[in-house]
Amino acid sequence: MITVESLTKSYGGYTAVDHVSFTAAPGRVTGFLGPNGAGKSTTMRIMAGLTEPSSGSAHILGRRFAELPNPGREVGVLLDASAQHAGRTGREVLRINARLMGLPGSRVDEMLDAVGLTEEESLRRVRNYSLGMRQRLGIASALLGDPEVLILDEPANGLDPAGIRWMRDLLRGFADGGGTVLLSSHLLNEIEVVADDIVVIGLGRIVASGTKADLLASAETLVRADDLRGLHAALVGAGLASTPADGALLVSGDAGHIGRIAFAAGIAVTELRAADGARLEEMFLELTASTAREGNAA
Amino acid sequence: MSTETLSSDVLPATGPRRVPRRSPEPIPFGRVLLVELQKMFDTRAGFWLMASIVIASVIATVVTVLLGDRDALSFDSFAAAVGSPMSILLPVAGVLAVTSEWSQRTALTTFTLVPSRPRVIGAKVIDVLAIGVVSMVLALGIGALGNVVTSLVTGNDAIWDISATSFAKIILANELGMLLGLALGLLFRSSPAAVVGYFVVNFVLPGISGALASSQQWWADHAGWFDLNQTRFLLFDSNLTGEQWTQLGVTTLIWIVVPFLVGLRLVLKTEIK
Repeated sequence: MITVESLTKSYGGYTAVDHVSFTAAPGRVTGFLGPNGAGKSTTMRIMAGLTEPSSGSAHILGRRFAELPNPGREVGVLLDASAQHAGRTGREVLRINARLMGLPGSRVDEMLDAVGLTEEESLRRVRNYSLGMRQRLGIASALLGDPEVLILDEPANGLDPAGIRWMRDLLRGFADGGGTVLLSSHLLNEIEVVADDIVVIGLGRIVASGTKADLLASAETLVRADDLRGLHAALVGAGLASTPADGALLVSGDAGHIGRIAFAAGIAVTELRAADGARLEEMFLELTASTAREGNAA
Repeated sequence: MSTETLSSDVLPATGPRRVPRRSPEPIPFGRVLLVELQKMFDTRAGFWLMASIVIASVIATVVTVLLGDRDALSFDSFAAAVGSPMSILLPVAGVLAVTSEWSQRTALTTFTLVPSRPRVIGAKVIDVLAIGVVSMVLALGIGALGNVVTSLVTGNDAIWDISATSFAKIILANELGMLLGLALGLLFRSSPAAVVGYFVVNFVLPGISGALASSQQWWADHAGWFDLNQTRFLLFDSNLTGEQWTQLGVTTLIWIVVPFLVGLRLVLKTEIK
């Protein structure tokens, strides 16, 4: 469980994080989404006690990060997979972290197995790791203490498609086991596939948050008929907004109602279903349009 | 995105299955101390720095036996030969203990596993000071070996001319060097900058001070109040007068205590990225 309340961080006159509040619940994957420079990483650094907030608070399992007696045993944090000593072997990185958390050395081998790093790879120095291997090492380090909460900043960066799939399954499994996962990404599809809840941030402010189902739900129904023109007329006649789209109509109304109108008009319907949900990308661009760098002339 | 995929993802979460857990035991300070010590040796750079210190000591002993005037050699000559490469190189270990966290960006992990920065820095300081003592004892041991070997070669009795007090002063001088390294590390938080800074303070400034002293009488008379090296090096081979001890205190305050406190404050306040 992560609770962020009215978190604010200003640098001089610039407000990087502006009254951000949200909750990441146990048993769920919460996607933290936003364009570059939106304040995702700053928010996560504050959660991990690396940056002092100007005001507001972030609590993990009911405590401030600095109050956790042995943070690695309760929260797995991966903020930047490249932030490892280049001259240390992957295995040594895990060994010192395990030692610090008070874990047996066998836990290191378990985690290397869990993230798919081989014995030979674990003995290489991190300098010679690809970004994907560093991500795996970072995940291993985050999971080492068998934490209840995971905070991951862009964990899919540098992973190949198989790696991304693996990461997704791993996070899903972790959440299904009752864990709390907060992961940030600018990779929309990644979040769309894995997240249960989504928090969208733009220029330091939360612009949307809720369950993915709610955020992506569409109020429109897609209907197809051979006599599209006649159906359109009937629907408009019944007071429904209908827009032709690609050999079908997008209608704002529920399927039952539309079916009855078509039946009454004597038109055979060939397809009738809820329209595809708004794609996350569209929502994302829409919600952040006013705050995006690429922003329109307005 | 097909509806099928969506609906399977949207299935309500199965809810927490984990049993509520007890809060873990706090990390004992001794463990932080050991892990920080391990971190000073387990990188390639750390390993070779320590190895080069030992290698330099052995070479110094061998060279002293081979090239020195054997009849005049004493314990002191060996301890000095072994101790000086150590006292020059060891502070670099002090520098790197702090700066590598920033230069290699491991601070991100270090301070998320131990959020209390004073604990981590405190552990590093104690480790570095411990290395300072152990290395000097090691230097003494290697020097003693050289002394014994020489006496066997020459047939003269070995001369044991290092008293406990003079050894204590050598350790003090070495520890001051280690603390200087730590202070510069905290201040710069960058390995190249702090290492260069250390060599400037240790080797460039004495030259400048010397040049200044030769042309300016006031500096020649008063440099001891400002020049750390001048006072610190006295610890290696002479008895200090009361005034010289005071000068050592003053220069230590200027060159070590103040930079250390400023650096510490920066480290405790700074945002870790």
